[in-house]
Amino acid sequence: MKANIFVAIAAGMLIAGARITAQAPAQTPAQNQGGRGANKQAAAPARGGGGGGAAYPPRPPGDPAAVARGKAIYDINCALCHGEDARGGDNGPNLIRGEVVMNDQNSELIGPVLQNGRVAEGMPKFNFTSAQISDIATFLHSFRAGGYDVSRNRPPSIVVGDAKAGATYFNSKCGSCHSATGDMKGIATRIADARTLQQRWLMPTGGGGRGGAPQGAPTTVTVTLASGQKIEGRLGRIDDFTVTVNADDGTSRTIRRDGNTPKVEIHDPLQPHKDMLKIYTDKDIHDVTAYMVTLK
Amino acid sequence: MNRLLHSFLVTTSIAAAQMLDPALLTKPLGDSWPTYSGDYSGKRYSSLTQLNQSNVKNLTLAWTNRVAAGAGGGRGGSQTIIGGEGTGDLAAGGGTSIKASILQVDGILYVSTPDNAWAVDARDGHELWHYFWRTRGGTHIGNRGLGMYGNWLFMETPDNYLVSLDARTGKERWHKVIASFEQQYFSTAAPIVIGNHVLVGTGDDLDEPGVLQSFDPENGSVQWKYYSTPMKAGDPGLNTWKNLDAAQHGGGQMWVPGSYDPETHLYIIGTGNPTPAYTSQMRGDGDNLYTCSIVAINVDTGKMAWYYQTSPHDTHDWDSAQTPVLVDGEFNGKPRKMVLTASRNGYYFTLDRLTGERLTSSKYSDSANWAKGFGPTGAPVRDPKKDFDIGGALVSPANGGITNWPPPAYSPDTGLFYVPQNDSYAMYYLTETDPRGAMGLGGKEEQGLGSTGGYLTAIDYKTGKIAWRHKYPGTGGGGSSGLLTTAGKLLFGGDLGGNIVAYDPADGKILWHSHIGQVSNAPETYMLDGHQYLLVAAGDAMFSFMLY
Repeated sequence: MKANIFVAIAAGMLIAGARITAQAPAQTPAQNQGGRGANKQAAAPARGGGGGGAAYPPRPPGDPAAVARGKAIYDINCALCHGEDARGGDNGPNLIRGEVVMNDQNSELIGPVLQNGRVAEGMPKFNFTSAQISDIATFLHSFRAGGYDVSRNRPPSIVVGDAKAGATYFNSKCGSCHSATGDMKGIATRIADARTLQQRWLMPTGGGGRGGAPQGAPTTVTVTLASGQKIEGRLGRIDDFTVTVNADDGTSRTIRRDGNTPKVEIHDPLQPHKDMLKIYTDKDIHDVTAYMVTLK
Repeated sequence: MNRLLHSFLVTTSIAAAQMLDPALLTKPLGDSWPTYSGDYSGKRYSSLTQLNQSNVKNLTLAWTNRVAAGAGGGRGGSQTIIGGEGTGDLAAGGGTSIKASILQVDGILYVSTPDNAWAVDARDGHELWHYFWRTRGGTHIGNRGLGMYGNWLFMETPDNYLVSLDARTGKERWHKVIASFEQQYFSTAAPIVIGNHVLVGTGDDLDEPGVLQSFDPENGSVQWKYYSTPMKAGDPGLNTWKNLDAAQHGGGQMWVPGSYDPETHLYIIGTGNPTPAYTSQMRGDGDNLYTCSIVAINVDTGKMAWYYQTSPHDTHDWDSAQTPVLVDGEFNGKPRKMVLTASRNGYYFTLDRLTGERLTSSKYSDSANWAKGFGPTGAPVRDPKKDFDIGGALVSPANGGITNWPPPAYSPDTGLFYVPQNDSYAMYYLTETDPRGAMGLGGKEEQGLGSTGGYLTAIDYKTGKIAWRHKYPGTGGGGSSGLLTTAGKLLFGGDLGGNIVAYDPADGKILWHSHIGQVSNAPETYMLDGHQYLLVAAGDAMFSFMLY
């Protein structure tokens, strides 16, 4: 799903979710709960479900001693099929996203499955005590069900390209506007994170200050009135009916549009970057980034 | 005594007047707007002609009004009725946006946002009642509208309840569980009433199976359930999944209402993406049926009659849940009953409505770059290199898709299908190198690169080719609003600049506009007291235009 927008109710809960996550005891499963909300803080337009923590508040933390006991029993009896992290293995499904575990409150659903097994599907019966069943349930409930988990197998770097090939590409395709000894000098120092650097060179947003990126040139516009008078400045806004031109002195002027009258010419300094989106291969991008990270 | 009797009679007649006559739903769309798409066909084509190309310039604002969500809502003396299973402390309010179709029945408008429903007088916009649902939580991304049956209204809530209200008073009749909140379902769809069936879809971003249910409008009992993925051994489509567990957690959410063909009793609806959405290895190499498909479901039995998959084995969370449009027309010189859909993945399809046979398909986006061409079924064939990459894969579209839920429209006058288009790009980074245990939307991070253009696009259903395209001015793109066409030779839609605009459906020429703020639903039209109205929402405000 699902569109682009989000509503404040969930945003409010996102904050709450992040806070609760932060307070969770530092035990193995609970550390995994980055979640979309916690990852990106409350500003992220999260969809909740994938984040796990946004619109679906986590369960109250279980007794750490019960979690530890449950983990010990689980490791011996269950992990071989369902995985140490309960996310499934060759012979058993992911339990965290399973209907039984998700709907279970206090082992009332998990218990019968353990006691009766699912023999047809290859799961044996287990003769656990009710206390052991409760501990296993507490352990399983200490994982939060959600797609985003920053602790899992994260690649150490996004830099996978060939810097030499990237230098060649940069000089031939980018060299008419950019130079390694000019505007790009020290870019990898100003933007230390390689992924941020890659996003920025692909599509500079012009928001120069924050990441130390070069100040992008603003989009400008020339409006030629019927009288021949030209009005030029930064593009404020435009639709089919008006165009707003911002002057350097802080004033602005909005001019009515009617079809092609008056003539409006937009000068978008990012147009070459947009045009290139249809041309780059992923290898080109990776190579250029491998080169850019050397420009310290 | 006389006065009492008189008052009783008046009350009775008011109540009777509000009732929805089910016959309205099968007539050509005109005086009322009694269901999500106006009528069952999904065309959003009104037969009204009072408003037309010659006089659209004279459209005048009749009224505007804002809704106030939450327990403290209720404007102009209207009383807020409070229901719900939550404690009330999650109701933050704010950011109210009407992304719903608004019903118009006998001069009353029925409006909704997540957890909220209102009745509003269509003549002057004043609020008659407000219902507020105290939520348990759930993803509050939007509410697509209400369903109506006689005097009863039906609303889905983000925490997965179907709530039935008395349309005359806003008082709750009952509420029923749609799906498990614990399994992280959330319900945004507009219920569709067909005969004595209330069809209810839902959503989920965490690997739970997509389910469409038919509820009894009187007592809320479940008549049937249709799952869009195989749920048990022997179910058709199971061989397109790695195993049964993968299929049972395979998604395919039906979160946007479908369209209905009264002749065949088929409810035709788009299904959502398979899950886990991105790291798909645990789903197997197959097509993952019946996700990202148009499916035809017999409304009496809940059984699927046919399917057509528009994105085999999707890997970008691009659902095919756009409203299908049912059209009778000519194809290759023969009359055909058809379904038209422009999918979130950037591809357009004309299908036979009786069999699901593909008649034509095309790429309507200039930018979509994730497929290697068309396969034997006429559906695009995914390029696995464009799934994601540790170093980032440059993919169009971004997750929001070339189009999304905002409803398309069709005009039989032009034979053209109209769709909002956004040619967006993003980098998709693989963030989990071990696909085992992948869940939901995890395993990747998507970073946007903006858009190379936002368009209003007209597609010829006979060829799949673009007949005309209006590019919104400016340096970027974006998603524009849902659409409306009329027999007055008008096409209405919201642009990217906060205007509601009337176009000539033949060529996209602009005929009228009004700057009201970003249109957040699809425009609608109806007749009241001999005048044709145009109703549209922008955020929490409704704008009602008319001809004097």
